[in-house]
Amino acid sequence: MKKNSFNLDVQTLPQKIGSTRLLQDRMTIVLFLLPALVFFSIFLVYPVFRSVYYSLFSWKGFGPAVDFIGLNNFKRILTDRIFLKAVGHGLLIVVLSLSIQLPLSLALALMVGRNLSGRAFFRTIFFMPFVLSEVITGIMWLILFNPDPKRGFVNAILTLIPGLKAIPWLGDTRTVLLAIFVVLTWKYFGFYMLLYMAGLQNIPSEIEEAALIDGVNKRQMITYITIPLLGSTIRTSVYLSVLGSLQVFALIWIMTKGGPVNASEVMSTYMYRFSFVRFELGYGSAVATVMLLISLVFSLVYLRFVRQADYLN
Amino acid sequence: MSVNYSYQSRTFKKNLPRLFQYFVLFLVVLIVIVPLVMIVFGALKTRGEFMTRPYTLPIPLNWENYVKVLRMPVFWSMLRNSLLIMSVTTIGVVLICSLTAFVFSRMKFRGQILLFNFFTLGLMFPITIAILPVYLIVRQIGLTNNLWGVILVQTSFQLSICIVILRGFFMAIPSELQDAAYIDGCNAFGFFWRILLPLSRPALAAVASLTMVASWNDLLVPLVLLDKEKLWTLPLGTMQFQGQYGMDLALIAAFITLSTVPAIIFYLFAERQIISGLTAGALKY
Repeated sequence: MKKNSFNLDVQTLPQKIGSTRLLQDRMTIVLFLLPALVFFSIFLVYPVFRSVYYSLFSWKGFGPAVDFIGLNNFKRILTDRIFLKAVGHGLLIVVLSLSIQLPLSLALALMVGRNLSGRAFFRTIFFMPFVLSEVITGIMWLILFNPDPKRGFVNAILTLIPGLKAIPWLGDTRTVLLAIFVVLTWKYFGFYMLLYMAGLQNIPSEIEEAALIDGVNKRQMITYITIPLLGSTIRTSVYLSVLGSLQVFALIWIMTKGGPVNASEVMSTYMYRFSFVRFELGYGSAVATVMLLISLVFSLVYLRFVRQADYLN
Repeated sequence: MSVNYSYQSRTFKKNLPRLFQYFVLFLVVLIVIVPLVMIVFGALKTRGEFMTRPYTLPIPLNWENYVKVLRMPVFWSMLRNSLLIMSVTTIGVVLICSLTAFVFSRMKFRGQILLFNFFTLGLMFPITIAILPVYLIVRQIGLTNNLWGVILVQTSFQLSICIVILRGFFMAIPSELQDAAYIDGCNAFGFFWRILLPLSRPALAAVASLTMVASWNDLLVPLVLLDKEKLWTLPLGTMQFQGQYGMDLALIAAFITLSTVPAIIFYLFAERQIISGLTAGALKY
């Protein structure tokens, strides 16, 4: 509003109308944002702060938390061999995902490409496991991984190859993570393939046509043109894959409960065990706080350095 | 590419990679399909057959396992609970997110970017990581062993992704439409309700389907919040059922087939919506 708005004449009339519109808009903004704000504050923000508070206590979950122990829970986390193992398993799953699962999905996306006949069929089939629940996926693969080749399909196939013996996939500390990774790949490769296919769709075909005219062969095309142009999609998939591997819970809980001898323990199963099986809620809160921190730091680094670079380009 | 190939050898050279491509793709199709088919077939065998010859066709067809599961009252109560939670959550998410996304795509105010970033926090704190703090607050409110507890939590944790997706879709609707509506005397709500929402039906369908899949498949929230058998959802009940009938694989196969079939049918119908929602959400983030 200008200084002379008290002067009621025709010139300021539009401003008057404008200010009621402004008020109306303000009301709309507040009312429309309110529901989401309420849900967010009650079920996300407040609990997270509470959890940080509880992490400073030794608390079994009954009555108020009174046994203040400072940072002792965190000291215990960082010196617990099982927790460190769980972190290591998580990292291994991340490394395997980035080096096997994502390249595999990318290769399949490039194969299906833009105009292969049967493209829709392949997409429908490959994406189907993503829609199944982790519970059902877990139980199904539990049956398939049965150590007895007469019952477990994986071993039945394996023993067809002369010289190979059946492996107790989920019962052996050396193979259990690998087996879980196979199931994770089975369930999630379709999702990443889908992302890459969507990314490919955004590359103008003129660029590839121009390259063809310039005499580029198929391999050069993929390494020097297609993949660099997919850059931002690939970075997104890396981010989702890392964040996703922090979240794996149901699948592992169904198939191994983190065993045998913690060989497939990850942070989420570790946290669940301490919180909801042993009811050490103070310690569980500390583990949750550590996980939240890891997720937050990783996300911020990604948004700040990777995503921003994408926007600037 | 050199020019001196004869026509025939050129088409052969061109077709060879294509053949290889199809070979690999069909191999992957098999890897995806075979486990599913084995479960569906396994459910049509008797318990003994499932053990002695798990890889053969189910001949003769044995419907007994399906009948057994369908006669269990607990199966029906699980189905009902899952459907109830899924519908209410989906309606809630779509309503709340379209309101929020409308504000962030169509209105300007101070602190907008900050507030929007606040709403994307949910993407960084997925439910798996936040489950313990969430459990504590739900217990404090007194909503454990109550389907509403599950609904409220699932809704809250689905908001971020859906707001991001819907905002993207809403921003694509030309602002001239809004100006025209305002000139014709529409207020913000009128524009939202009469013009924006009807135009965004595909986007709303995408967000709804995504939420339905997430809610239908969720194990963790019901597992932590619901103890009573009559409140179990399908994933939770399936897990308990597997623990209880661990030996009778044919029965378990029937059980998981019956709880998956609705999901697969839904997927085949809503594939486009699910996919457009997912790719939009992921690529925008």
